[in-house]
Amino acid sequence: AHIGVGISGQEGMQAVLSSDYSFAQFRFLQRLLLVHGRWSYLRMCKFLRYFFYKNFTFTFVHFWFAFFCGFSAQTVYDEWFITLYNLVYTALPVLGMSLFDQDVNDVWSFQQPQLYVPGQLNLYFSKKAFFKCALHSCYSSMVLFFIPYAAMHDTVRGDGKDVADYQSFALLTQTCLLFAVTIQLCLEMSYWTAVNTFFVLGSLVMYFAVTFTMYSNGMFLMSPSAFPFIGTARNSLNQPNIWLTILLTSILCVLPVVTYRFLFIQLCPTINDKIMFKVRQAKASPAPPPRRTRIRRTSSRRSGYAFSHAQGYGDLVTSGRFLRRPALSRSSGLTNAGRTTTGFSPMGRSAGYSPTGRPQNAKVSDVEVTSLQMYRTITDPSL
Amino acid sequence: MMASSYNAKEEDANHPGAANHAGAGVVKSKKPDNTAFKQQRLPAWQPILTAGTVLPAFFVIGLIFIPIGIGLYVTSNNIKEFEIDYTGANIDNPCYDCAKNFSWNSTAQCVCAVTFTLEQPFESNVFMYYGLSNFYQNHRRYVKSRDDSQLNGDRSALMRPSKECEPYRTGEGSPIAPCGAIANSLFNDTLQLYHIDSNGTLNEIPLVKKGIAWWTDKHVKFRNPGGNNNLTVAFQGTSKPVNWKKPVFELDPEDPENNGFINEDFIVWMRTAALPTFRKLYRIIQKKPSTTPTLPSGKYVLNVTYNYPVLSFDGRKRMILSTISWMGGKNPFLGIAYITVGSICFFLGVVLLIIHHKYDNRNNSADIPN
Repeated sequence: AHIGVGISGQEGMQAVLSSDYSFAQFRFLQRLLLVHGRWSYLRMCKFLRYFFYKNFTFTFVHFWFAFFCGFSAQTVYDEWFITLYNLVYTALPVLGMSLFDQDVNDVWSFQQPQLYVPGQLNLYFSKKAFFKCALHSCYSSMVLFFIPYAAMHDTVRGDGKDVADYQSFALLTQTCLLFAVTIQLCLEMSYWTAVNTFFVLGSLVMYFAVTFTMYSNGMFLMSPSAFPFIGTARNSLNQPNIWLTILLTSILCVLPVVTYRFLFIQLCPTINDKIMFKVRQAKASPAPPPRRTRIRRTSSRRSGYAFSHAQGYGDLVTSGRFLRRPALSRSSGLTNAGRTTTGFSPMGRSAGYSPTGRPQNAKVSDVEVTSLQMYRTITDPSL
Repeated sequence: MMASSYNAKEEDANHPGAANHAGAGVVKSKKPDNTAFKQQRLPAWQPILTAGTVLPAFFVIGLIFIPIGIGLYVTSNNIKEFEIDYTGANIDNPCYDCAKNFSWNSTAQCVCAVTFTLEQPFESNVFMYYGLSNFYQNHRRYVKSRDDSQLNGDRSALMRPSKECEPYRTGEGSPIAPCGAIANSLFNDTLQLYHIDSNGTLNEIPLVKKGIAWWTDKHVKFRNPGGNNNLTVAFQGTSKPVNWKKPVFELDPEDPENNGFINEDFIVWMRTAALPTFRKLYRIIQKKPSTTPTLPSGKYVLNVTYNYPVLSFDGRKRMILSTISWMGGKNPFLGIAYITVGSICFFLGVVLLIIHHKYDNRNNSADIPN
């Protein structure tokens, strides 16, 4: 089993203490599975896939750089970027996605329980999904290294000065990486709340703010050996070909992903794709409210609610007595003759039903029959 | 058995706090708030990849990238560049003798002259670079081997350089200034350019040596200890790097703004390159005020004072003359890459449009299995 669910009730709290989730009514199980469980699975898998992708991409670039730095384990990025990458620049967007993401809302989740099937089939994160993620990282890392490499090979700035130095190259590569993984996150997220948007844009702004601060004169003069990248941001980020390289790299990293996903949506859409498409259509043209036909009620079935918290109906169910239907349809008011020898009464402790089957209160008359025996299921064709 | 007024919430609330609630009137409900945030109903944008968004995006990207690529490619083609290798690896190279007879102890300087012809005249400012190949300035131990505090003019770091500079930290008993392997391998060839005009006379072309380093490097990162004057006194007690012929305060004695640590050739060298093949700015040839080209086409002579040995590690040295545009030097890669990616995008857009037209009927909600 994946989770344990306990029902808290009259039998005590032991089940609650030893289970992963607990609630008081069985009907909550539906919501637990179809809404929260499904969302949780979706978020967890998206989080894992994306986290592996961004860290593999971050690391594989060093593999390619090794061929060009004499295999000396020189890092392609600034040391501060390596420290802050997982801590500041990509932490909050991923967190936002893991907390808020949903594919369809809870109403649709109830209406379309077949959305639960991907979780049962373990579709979103399996060995195959992991392998695809690793392959994507490999491709992204190649793009992220070789395009700046070729763009910076033997080049100079617009005023003739150096731009192919190690520090500018590091800044270029790390900016390309951050843009590429951020755009990839934007593709993964399917539920953009204000919080998510703020996290994503805020992290990018934070990156530039921190970078410019660390590469400023003040920080260098405070501690020259800790902040040696002084002036790099100012001198390289004002070059148009740096920004053109960043744009090209980011687009090239996500182009295959978009193409692949769009092709799959067109050629073999999953249940999720179909339902999300339907949701979008429903939002665009809201369906007319369902036409309500008057339900022909012969007896007030609603009074069954009076029984809902009474003693259990195990014996009633097994006796099969509730299956019997009355011969005539009645409005209100019944004579004793109409009642069968079921021995029920609408009042009393168990609202007329006795576990022993013997008549409890045969004296009651002139009372509308309200027992479950009169309950019939009616299917409304318009629903 | 008494279950008439069974209420799950109250029971949960009552169990732990039954004793405390004797006085309180209201039992606090454990039901979570029915707010949009807590019930995960926040208003959100839910984009999906439909044909209406993806296909126009592909076409737009294609239509934007292709002109950018063409512009970059045309700009790069209009840049004039001339490159000449003067390592002296082959016997037919003029500098072969200098390369072969190089030794660290020789005091006499070997000079070789390389002649070349410029087919086209170079307009506007012309930049003269020296380029090295197979020189790994990005090796980890090499990159770490410097002391930025010392180079910033810190007196304590001048006398006690950082441990990262080992083994180029102390020499002849005193600390080395500037310490480290990067400084020790300073490029010290001298290049001079002469134009041979129609009469056969050699006209020296004036080379400007200021303004070749980044402003932030020259004015913030690199500082002489104790100001720019009296450098001989300031550097007393230190020794020159092992492979240098002159100490650091004699790099440019005539110009105090270019002497010591703030010497621009030194600063340019200390900005380590990212890749094993690189070029560094050596001199600038200013454009002439009249309309005459800066470097008219014709014959030229490059006089090389060959001080820098590279053949031992199979490196190569070259001199590059180049004009500059807004995108820097001559590099057709970015233009070609943009054109390629733009075309691929456009082509993919067309293919996806065809696929979408053929298969769109299948992606309807009618066939959601129940």
